Amino acid sequence: MTRGRFVRAALAAGLLFLWLPILLLVVYAFSADRIPFQWGGFSLRWFSALAANERLVEAALLSLRIAAGAATLAVLIGGAAGWALARFGPFRGRAVFGALIGAPLVLPEVVTGLSLLLLFVALETATGWPQGRGALTVLFAHATLGAAFVAVVIQARLAETDRSLEEAAMDLGATPFTAFRTVTLPLIAPALTAGWLLAFTLSLDDVVIASFVSGPAGTTLPMALFAMLRLGLTPEVNALGAVIVLGVGAMLAVAALLLRPRRG
Amino acid sequence: MRNRLAVLLPAWAWLLIFVAAPAGILGAIALAEADPGVPPFRLAWSTAGFAMLVADDYYLGAFLTALRVAATTAGLCLAIAYPMAMGIARARPDRRVLLLALLMLPFWTGFLLRVGAWIGLLRDEGWINGLLQGLGITDAPLPMLYTEGAMLVGMVHAYLPFAVLPLFAALLRLDPTLLEAAADLGARPAIAFLTVTLPATAPAAAAAFLLVFIPAAGEFVIPELMGPSEANLVGRVLWQEFFQNRDWPVAAALAVALLVLLLVPIRLFQRLEARP
Repeated sequence: MTRGRFVRAALAAGLLFLWLPILLLVVYAFSADRIPFQWGGFSLRWFSALAANERLVEAALLSLRIAAGAATLAVLIGGAAGWALARFGPFRGRAVFGALIGAPLVLPEVVTGLSLLLLFVALETATGWPQGRGALTVLFAHATLGAAFVAVVIQARLAETDRSLEEAAMDLGATPFTAFRTVTLPLIAPALTAGWLLAFTLSLDDVVIASFVSGPAGTTLPMALFAMLRLGLTPEVNALGAVIVLGVGAMLAVAALLLRPRRG
Repeated sequence: MRNRLAVLLPAWAWLLIFVAAPAGILGAIALAEADPGVPPFRLAWSTAGFAMLVADDYYLGAFLTALRVAATTAGLCLAIAYPMAMGIARARPDRRVLLLALLMLPFWTGFLLRVGAWIGLLRDEGWINGLLQGLGITDAPLPMLYTEGAMLVGMVHAYLPFAVLPLFAALLRLDPTLLEAAADLGARPAIAFLTVTLPATAPAAAAAFLLVFIPAAGEFVIPELMGPSEANLVGRVLWQEFFQNRDWPVAAALAVALLVLLLVPIRLFQRLEARP
C-alpha cells in the first residue's frame, strides 16, 4: 500500500509544518541569547524581562478583561439569535436577521473594523457617546464578532436536540420560561460554554478590528505585540509565546482530566 | 408571543446598531468628500473615491494582487489539506480525536505569535539561515523574510486547519466500498483518487477553497509583517489610506469595493454550506 504510506507521511509533514514554528518559539524562550532563535544556554531571564515589561502586562490584563466581557455579551446576543433562528419558525424578517448575525463571519476584518469605527465616530458626533474610543468600543466590536460564532454553535446544537422535550414540559404545565430554564438550558449548556470560549479566544487574538476601533487608552495585547513585531523580533516575544502555549496546554490538560469518562 | 419579543427585540436592536448601521455609514462615507477637518470628511454625494479606484492603477493593482495571493494561498492549502484530511479520515476512530486536536490546537496559541515564530525562523539572522550556514550549505544568509514566498508560508500556516475540516467531514461520508470497487477493477490509487474521491468530495473542496480565499482576500497582518514592501494587497492599502493618509472616503470606497468583489464567493460558499 504505497498510497497509505504517502497519505500518512503527508499528514505527519503537515502537522510538523503547523507545529514546528510554535515548538521552536517555546524552546528558544529558555535561551539566554539576546538574539531570538539563537541558543545561548538555558536561562529564564526573558521571562523576568517580560514580567517587568509594564506596558505588555497592562495590555495583557486589558485584553483579558475585554475578552471576558465581549464573550459574555456575545453569548447573550448570539445565544438569543441562535435560539430564535432554531426555534421561532419563519418569523418576520428572518432572512435579514440571519444575514445580519452571520455577516461578521464572512466580512474581511478590515471591513468590519473600518465600518464599526465609522459607526462609533458617527454616534459620538450625533449623541456625544461614546466619548472617544478605547476598551469599551473594542468590547462592543468583539461582542458583535463573537455573537456571530455563538449563534452558529447554538443554532446547530438546538437543531439536533429534541424539541418535544420542551413541549412535554409545557404540556405538563411549565411556563415557557420554566421549560427553557429546566430543559433547554441544561441541554445547550456545553454549547454555550464552547461558544463563550470561542468568543473569548477570538477577542484575545484580534488585532485588526481592535486597531480600528480602539483609542490611545485602549492598547490590547495583540496591538502591543503587533507594534513589537513591526520593529522586529525580541526574545520577550518568545517568552510571551511560551507563557501562552504552556498556559493553554495546562488549561486543556485540566479540561481533559475533568471531562475524562469515569470508570467504575 | 411576548416571550419571543423579549428574545428578538434585543437581538434585533444589537444587529441593527452594530451590523446594519455600520454598513450604511460605510456606504455614506465612501460617497463623502475628503476634508482636512475632524473627522476628515464632509458628507456629500461624490463618486470621486470610486472614480479614483478605477482610474488609478495602484488601487486596481491592489485588488488584483489580493485576489492572486488569496487564490494561491487557497490552492496551496487545498493541495496540502487533501492528503492530511485523508490521513485523519482513515485513522482509527480513537486516534482521529487526537489528530483533529493536533490540527486545531495551533489556532488556540495566537495568530500573532505564530507570525512571530515564522519571523524568527525566516529572518537573515534566523533559525533556518543559522542551520544552513552551520551545515556549510550557504556562506551568506539567504534573504527569505519580506518576500512573497514568506508571505505565502505565513498565510498557508494561518489558514491550513480551516481547509482540512470540510474535506475531513466529506471524506468521512465517502463510501469506502467505492474505493475498494475501483481497486478491484484494477485502478491504481492515483486513478482511484482522481475518478472516485475527487468527484465525490468536490463540493467540500470548493467550500474549503472559499473558506480560505474569502478571509485571505482582505488579509492585512501577514502581508504587513512578512511580505515585501511592494506587496500592496487591498487590505494593506485600505489600512494605509485610513491610518497614514487619513483619507477616509477612499478607505471606505476600498472596503465597499472589496465587499462587492467578495459577494459572489460568499454567496457560493453559503450555498455549498447549505447543501444537505
